[in-house]
Amino acid sequence: MADKYMELVNTGMTKKLAKLLGLPRPPRLRRYGETTPLLPGPVLVLGSSARAQELSDTLVSWDLDVRRHDAGDAKLGGLVLLLDELTHPEQLSALMLAAGAALRQLVPGARVVSISRPALDTDAPALAAVRQGIDGAMRSLGREMRGGATANGILLNEGTDLLSPGTLGALRFFFSGRSAYVDGQFLTVRTTEGALPQDFRKPLAGKVAVVTGAARGIGASIARTLARDGAQLVVVDMPAAGEALAAVANQIGATTLQLDVTAKDAAQQIMDHAIGRHGSLDIVVHNAGITRDKLLANMDAARWDSVIAVNIASQLRMNEVFLAAKLPGLRVVSLASTSGIAGNRGQTNYAASKGGVIGMVRSSAKLFAEQGGSIAAVAPGFIETEMTAKIPLGTRTVARMVLPSLMQGGLPQDVAEAISFLGSDAAAGLNGQVLRVCGQSLVGA
Amino acid sequence: MSQPSVRNAVIIGGNRIPFARSNTAYVNASNQDMFTAALEGLVARFGLQGERLGAVAGGAVLKHSKDFNLVRESVLGSSLDPATPAYDVQMACATGMEAIGSLANKIKLGQIESGIGGGVDTTSDAPIAVSESLRGILLELSRARSTKAKLAALAKIRPSHLAPSAPGTGEPRTGLSMGDHQALTTKAWNITREAQDELALASHLNLAAAYDRGFFNDLLTPFKGLSRDNNLRADSTLEKLAKLKPAFGKNLGEAATMTAGNSTPLTDGASTVLLGSEDFAAAHDLPMLANFVDFEAAAVDFVHGAEGLLMAPAYATARLLERNNLSLQDFDFYEIHEAFAGTVLATLAAWEDEQFCREKLGLDAPLGAIDRGKLNVNGSSLAAGHPFAATGGRIIASTAKMLAEKGSGRALISVCAAGGQGVVAIVEARK
Repeated sequence: MADKYMELVNTGMTKKLAKLLGLPRPPRLRRYGETTPLLPGPVLVLGSSARAQELSDTLVSWDLDVRRHDAGDAKLGGLVLLLDELTHPEQLSALMLAAGAALRQLVPGARVVSISRPALDTDAPALAAVRQGIDGAMRSLGREMRGGATANGILLNEGTDLLSPGTLGALRFFFSGRSAYVDGQFLTVRTTEGALPQDFRKPLAGKVAVVTGAARGIGASIARTLARDGAQLVVVDMPAAGEALAAVANQIGATTLQLDVTAKDAAQQIMDHAIGRHGSLDIVVHNAGITRDKLLANMDAARWDSVIAVNIASQLRMNEVFLAAKLPGLRVVSLASTSGIAGNRGQTNYAASKGGVIGMVRSSAKLFAEQGGSIAAVAPGFIETEMTAKIPLGTRTVARMVLPSLMQGGLPQDVAEAISFLGSDAAAGLNGQVLRVCGQSLVGA
Repeated sequence: MSQPSVRNAVIIGGNRIPFARSNTAYVNASNQDMFTAALEGLVARFGLQGERLGAVAGGAVLKHSKDFNLVRESVLGSSLDPATPAYDVQMACATGMEAIGSLANKIKLGQIESGIGGGVDTTSDAPIAVSESLRGILLELSRARSTKAKLAALAKIRPSHLAPSAPGTGEPRTGLSMGDHQALTTKAWNITREAQDELALASHLNLAAAYDRGFFNDLLTPFKGLSRDNNLRADSTLEKLAKLKPAFGKNLGEAATMTAGNSTPLTDGASTVLLGSEDFAAAHDLPMLANFVDFEAAAVDFVHGAEGLLMAPAYATARLLERNNLSLQDFDFYEIHEAFAGTVLATLAAWEDEQFCREKLGLDAPLGAIDRGKLNVNGSSLAAGHPFAATGGRIIASTAKMLAEKGSGRALISVCAAGGQGVVAIVEARK
């Protein structure tokens, strides 16, 4: 449906009509393909900070056409704002206005990425003010972008810099079509850990990844995306979903494991299968989840308890087993939801479980880091799946078009791309992160 | 054990689709659809996508003539390497056993490294033939050159010729249905209605318990919305079974004991078993559940009444035990296909019978009784149903898993078949 509407308002006669009527015209998003360029045009790097030249050199090594300070009137595919050394809000003016002047040169699907430092309680007031101010400015800029272009930011914790693997990994993620439905978001580089892949087209080469709930929808897309990125997959779903699960596995050369994630021995079965059949367990994606929506006044124990059991309790239990097994460098990525951040009517149980995932991820980061691993979560907004196709048309149209800056629902692939990135070694320094993939929906802003 | 000069044939795992009573969930599925689905689940479970296997062997009892290459066509429709050879086997209800046993032999001899054996059957999508007289007329029509000759041939068609000829389970040489044959055997061995109903109940309860503990999670892949055998009645009771009227041997009057409850229904389904050499399994990091040790076929003369139609496994077992220097009591599991409860009970009775063992099997002493606690412990055909050619694969995969779970021991598998035949096999845990 979204495609049909997008087609109508973006082509031919109906495009003119849509313009005339002032209908929302959701842009076509620039998505990742193995042969698509990293950016749709040259990248302008604004601002000065330590190692800015080395960063530019790195961008050049990525086959980007890099312009420093001024790009004349060239069309631009990307804009990088180096803001990490600002100390007072008054210093923002020059760079933000320079960025503003360059915005008209951005082509559809362009990317604006700021690099700054997080505001801390221990910062001097002016320092904290400029740092927090950047957050507000970038989220606002996200709302002003057009043609499927996005604006996101990278925050550098103390000890990290422009050349840290996490910084470069995040920068590539935001540049590429992998972040098509990520807008107005920040990723924090916490440590200097991690490594960029040898082959950017196969960032998960040599990794064994397990995806739960992989028979259909977002889970199937995650499995396909991780396989595309080079991982050997083990796909897991309920025994009753086995037929669809086998079809996914046979498309991507995976092995199936029919398993209820709430089973006491689920983690052990996953480890036995991954290690026994493929030699290691490097990435676990906790995707399996259910909804049992009811207003709290009408909620029953079965609905509440099953959602908690599947969506969060199973993940907690499995993570304990994985940690106890001391799997070296294990990366866990969980599915949260914007419902767990902003709340959603009829979803107290679901939001409790998804908020729970966010809490679990933040608290577990240290534990996984001790074994050289990491944990992160992706919080999808409105994603077009079989599940959301059941939402009444009116509500669905509003949810997918009016609320997000990108004026459309995301695709399962958009969630999968973020998960693949957060499960990669390049994201090791981003441990504990919760990334929203929501097209900058107003919900939960 | 008995063939030290050959290498082991290893059962790596299996996959089947849930079995469905005839004309229910799989009413629109062909044999090829079902066998391909079972293959695809197996390929997915073991990561065999694009793999060239030594052979895929299987078959169906009820088969359209257009399905002459049923297994090969299924392989071509699967994710296996299309360079994987395949062939059809047909030995009535022992089709799966024969297919798997012969693959095991090829592996033992070093002719192939890996293979998939199995079977499929549908009575919902059964082939229907035209009557013999119409077939004759149609062949004559196809030979006719002139319009006149063609019209002459067509003019011979009568409305009565249009009655289709559907396949039945009747024995061609006696005209008796398989159930009516078994009813004679059941009576001859004095098997009571109660004993048959008890066996049927145990089958349902054991199968339900196996599902509940997740035993089939890695043996089965759902198909067309079915994730359990739909013949399974977890809430069955002796009282319910006792209320059913006799379905076979009705001419025996009061002595008729065989009902729809203690006989298998017509069923649709497919099963597959992955076999390999130890080298193949190790090289692919695949599990080794059990060894396929040996198998033996037997046949009896039921036509002239010398033996019951489904008694051949009793004979095959005696020969298999002797060849392997084993006694009937040297097993930890007995998987005796429940074509009818009476078949299982008559076979057990025969093994215990001094006269039968002496006169028919030529033994000095009876084979003896088995520990009934080791019989069909995860249910069998009375509960799961019996898609003829698919039953062997169902039993062999489940048995191999049972031995792997136990970590030791040996199992005897017995499957009877139409035409007075039967195939039995020994499967052993890996040391």
